[in-house]
Amino acid sequence: MKLAVQVNEGPYQHQATDSAYHFTKAALEKGHEVFRVFFYHDGVLNGTRLTTPPQDDRNIVNRWVELAEKYDLDLVLCVAAAQRRGLVDDGEAERNKKDATNIAPKFRISGLGQLIEAAIQADRLVVFGD
Amino acid sequence: MSDIKKFMYLNRRAPYGTIYAWESLEVVLIGAAFDQEVSLMFMDDGVFQLVKGSDTSESDMKNFMPTYRTLGDYGVRHLYVDKASLEARGLTADDLIEVAWEDFETEEEVDNIVEAVDADQVVQLMAESEVVFSF
Repeated sequence: MKLAVQVNEGPYQHQATDSAYHFTKAALEKGHEVFRVFFYHDGVLNGTRLTTPPQDDRNIVNRWVELAEKYDLDLVLCVAAAQRRGLVDDGEAERNKKDATNIAPKFRISGLGQLIEAAIQADRLVVFGD
Repeated sequence: MSDIKKFMYLNRRAPYGTIYAWESLEVVLIGAAFDQEVSLMFMDDGVFQLVKGSDTSESDMKNFMPTYRTLGDYGVRHLYVDKASLEARGLTADDLIEVAWEDFETEEEVDNIVEAVDADQVVQLMAESEVVFSF
């Protein structure tokens, strides 16, 4: 089955992001296709490489990165949500004159059209949130 | 697979207090460019999103109520409101804004696409939808 995943909550604050990760990982291991993982609302905070959890806790950001490296997963942060919450890549830094970037590898910032496209292309859109 | 799917945006939260309602609306506006068959469903505190007369002037929040009134122009065909959620909050359909819709090609017009529906209809409408965005 071709799946699309939407993550609506931030890491650590809410279980949604853990559930989304475990669901995505299990689906890929079972041989399903995950067309895209789209991060919206505070979900965009899953994509900052500056995250530093305590050593005895899971590293949610790195976990996504490793999954993306293994399965060539498309991890997309909504640009409007990212701008509001200070998630910045090279393009956004230049466009909005910011002095730093913080986006993690394998993540990219793009528009809401990517969510709509994923919903159209996938057999199922699975939303993780409150 | 058809390129046109039945989209439902499910709105369950109050318009202010959290950003869900506004960012849901942003998806609807952007999604209009994809020409899908779109309806919105308002449940729980989400019904407050359509209550008329909201005033945010003293809260430093942008009042996005006018945006709902334009949804007919963004290809949204139905705004369904869960009747039980209205009743639980002491509201009726008379408390809600009206949203007009017009098909510019066929000139078909509908004065108001806001419609209160009962629980059975909510279930049926969700079941008929191919994609449900939940906010």
